[in-house]
Amino acid sequence: MAEGAVTCTIDGLEVSVPAGTRIIDAADAVGIGIARYCYHPALSAPAMCRMCLVEVEGAPKLQPACITAVADGQVVRTEGDAARVAREGVLEFYLANHPLDCPVCDKSGECSLQDYVHREGRKRGRSVEPKRVLGQDFFGGKFGGIIYDGDRCIMCTRCTRFMREIPQDDLLCVVQRGNRSVIDTFFEEGLDESAWAHNIIDICPVGALLAHDFHHKARVWDLDRAPSVCSGCSQGCNVHVDVRDNVIQRLRPRENPEVNSYWMCDYGRYDYEWLNRAPTTVGGDLAETPAADGGRGGAGRLDAPLVRGAGGALEETGWREAILALVERLRAHAGGGGLLLVSPFQSSEDAGLAARLAGALGIAEMVYRCARAGEEIPCRGVPGLARRRDLAPNPRGLEMLGFERTGDDRGAGGIASTGGALIVLGDDLADLPADFDPGADLFVYLGRRLTPAARRADFALPVTTFAEQDGTFANHEGRLQRFWPALQPPARARPAWQALGVVLAGLEDGAAPASAADAFLRLGEWHAPFRGLSYEDLGTRGALANASVRVTPDGAEVR
Amino acid sequence: MAYPYEHPSETRVLSTHFGEPRARALSFWREHGGYDALKKALEMGPEAVVETVKESGLRGRGGAGFPTGVKWSFMPREKDGPHYLLINADESEPGAFKDRELLRWTPHQMLEGALIGAFAIRAEHVYVYIRGEFFEPAQVVARAVEEIYEAGIAGDDVMGSGHAIDVTVHCGAGAYICGEETALMNSLEGRRGQPRVKPPFPAAVGAFGRPTTINNVETLCAIPHIVTHGGQWYRQWGTEKSPGTKLFNMSGHLERRGNYELPLGFNLKELLYDVCGGIPNGRSLKAVIPGGSSVPILSADEIDIPMHYEGVIEAGSMLGTASVIVMDDATDIIKQVRRIVDFYAHESCGQCTPCREGTTWVAKIMWRIEHGRGTMADLDTLVELSRNMIGTTICVLSDSAAAPVLSSLEKFRDDYLARIPKTRLPAPGPAEGAGAPAALAAGDPAGAPAHAAVEA
Repeated sequence: MAEGAVTCTIDGLEVSVPAGTRIIDAADAVGIGIARYCYHPALSAPAMCRMCLVEVEGAPKLQPACITAVADGQVVRTEGDAARVAREGVLEFYLANHPLDCPVCDKSGECSLQDYVHREGRKRGRSVEPKRVLGQDFFGGKFGGIIYDGDRCIMCTRCTRFMREIPQDDLLCVVQRGNRSVIDTFFEEGLDESAWAHNIIDICPVGALLAHDFHHKARVWDLDRAPSVCSGCSQGCNVHVDVRDNVIQRLRPRENPEVNSYWMCDYGRYDYEWLNRAPTTVGGDLAETPAADGGRGGAGRLDAPLVRGAGGALEETGWREAILALVERLRAHAGGGGLLLVSPFQSSEDAGLAARLAGALGIAEMVYRCARAGEEIPCRGVPGLARRRDLAPNPRGLEMLGFERTGDDRGAGGIASTGGALIVLGDDLADLPADFDPGADLFVYLGRRLTPAARRADFALPVTTFAEQDGTFANHEGRLQRFWPALQPPARARPAWQALGVVLAGLEDGAAPASAADAFLRLGEWHAPFRGLSYEDLGTRGALANASVRVTPDGAEVR
Repeated sequence: MAYPYEHPSETRVLSTHFGEPRARALSFWREHGGYDALKKALEMGPEAVVETVKESGLRGRGGAGFPTGVKWSFMPREKDGPHYLLINADESEPGAFKDRELLRWTPHQMLEGALIGAFAIRAEHVYVYIRGEFFEPAQVVARAVEEIYEAGIAGDDVMGSGHAIDVTVHCGAGAYICGEETALMNSLEGRRGQPRVKPPFPAAVGAFGRPTTINNVETLCAIPHIVTHGGQWYRQWGTEKSPGTKLFNMSGHLERRGNYELPLGFNLKELLYDVCGGIPNGRSLKAVIPGGSSVPILSADEIDIPMHYEGVIEAGSMLGTASVIVMDDATDIIKQVRRIVDFYAHESCGQCTPCREGTTWVAKIMWRIEHGRGTMADLDTLVELSRNMIGTTICVLSDSAAAPVLSSLEKFRDDYLARIPKTRLPAPGPAEGAGAPAALAAGDPAGAPAHAAVEA
């Protein structure tokens, strides 16, 4: 038993936890999920939902597990008759005025009220009284805003406490009293100014707070979920990508205490449309045209390898033919120098193999272009969490691989013709005109969209987005984080590490990496920051790259 | 001068000057020995004052009856910052009107007690939290505070002792729940008036996060007398566990309603029939609520009891604020209980689910029964809902709402049965405003036997 630890018994299981731990956390540690609404591990505990009442031996009344600290030798029962009856009673109270409109509620399927009532509520409620009707409200907010349904609200106040304690932007409060209480904003602009407000939708245990963006879009049980990393900025918030029919429906933050706690910013949360190949908004203004998706490859994907033929036109071909032809051209070019441009939306594996290829070709100039926001948007209540200035997930990873930043804060410009070979990976050259002169003997383009400038390429090869492949990003502090494929790529698109690996294998007569994990191991052979790390080491929460600079919450840099 | 009625059985300590407007003036008060007790206390020192109050056995008059001296002794002796004394003048319990009179007639009595208390607990600031609707008492107290500042009794140098004690009068906004001590602190700090979770208790973390003691107006009014005459003197009245005198607020169907100051332990029956002159109009007694609306109801044959803390508990109720509400045999008990529950439903702060949802639900059922649309199953539901509301919340407001329901169901069940239609009524359908989901949720399909409890 560690020093300062106490041992208590919860439902017959012995638990050893540090002194001062709350019963609810101690129970979580041994897999006993005590029912809760108002309690959230990242917020203060008001003990007002009365769901987590448990029997503590020696206490005259039931104790709320969310604020009662464990004591040595304490015996806690969560399944005793008194606790069970109390929960059943509280659940019945919740349903007395709840509209029970699960069939049309977006939260249905991931609703704690639904879950707990089905688990241990009364089979039939006894209320025959007319229900209280409070109606809906619109709270404003970025990206379509947030809808509030007062009838579904169970007054847990997680949302008001979140706004007060996490972004520390006290924009929500409870108004009125008793059974007439509703959550409301203070002014007309509501939540418009907050960059973090949409987190209240995730922590709402019921369907009282809904994203306009996700409203009636999908049933949650139809969604496929993949763990991933937000690509909105270099913070690298961990996310779940929720997909239906190969279309991303929403992003949700995934807990990672080292990076984003339980949260993510609204900019990142709604930066997913570009990953969808088909526009998902009916009559909407997002991603309808290739230009509207920020040029990152949404609609109008490059779907087949193209090679410039004898007649001077790009001709569709197969991967095998394209690779063979490319290897032949590159052999002739070895040592000829040139420029490698890689997008910071590419994984470290992609960029690492591109850098290896550049080395084989004698290309010394390796650059990336990255849009930068005017200023950081910090989340005041969570040290180290902010929307970073770099609006791409992997600029730090590229720098660890030897790339240098070029271009302006819009992520444009900075491409000078250098002669030799021009190899572009991911960056779609949307800022360049159709008569762009690469000034190179060989122009290889691996991308997702055939922009006018990209049409000048000798080889145009379709590659996947990060959401369609395995890989890692390095966030601003050098934390290497894995992401998993969430979408099916277009049939003939390939991960860049795979395409480049095969080309490199052809050039060097070696073996191509068999998987992203394999490609990552090779990075460790070539680059010190990745040395000794594997996908197993990264796990779901990532690991710091070697000798990387870590910025502590008080601003100090630690090597 | 008696106010509004007097009776030879009375023992007037606190209420001596009720009805005398000049008693509000500092000059009058000092002529009658006012603030001599404060002077004495300042010479005694804090420890001795606390000991004297402990010796007197004075119990808090706000309802819970916690020994005041013990409460004061919980305050930390070593100071690492400000301490506060709060005066709970948010008297809002239906039936209670003792603090209002004490504030109106004898503001200096309370202020003297408060300054002694502040000295005893080493507090430099006294907040008088006055109920929002108490316009006149608030003005009287504010004037009295001005007077003691001018006279150097409060302020930087209390009566030349070198101690600084400030007094601030703060008016609430008219919420019943702000009479709960921690809700009062939240309200005083400018937050929503919602009770806080205890622990931490106010003596450790109270108003503005500092050690705080909160006392009722009547409690503090007794302090100057105890300090002047000593702890043992106060024990000449009442019992070992409930010493002293108490203001009894008599309301309802009585000949002579009003405040009577009597020793604790006075017989309730005697109080009704002798002191207050009995039930008017030749009617007979039906029920008594002995301690304000939040305590269980006593029936007419349960009133031969001593009115002290332990005696009323033994009878199955509570002394509370000693606000006795008397109902004659023409009273509609169901309507009275429904009105009490309506009050609690309206005043629930809305934090805890059992209270927020339970009080309104119970009120709706009571309303249906009152209007002849109840069923036998409703009676069982009422009992179960009320039981689920007891002991499951942060404060005791929901317990208070449940107490009259449970006690009236037990003691006046025949009244309920008489109100329930003999014939089966269909469950309220859409015509009554309950939508289809409600009917489904209710699990009480039309045609189910009305007597059967709808237990799943």
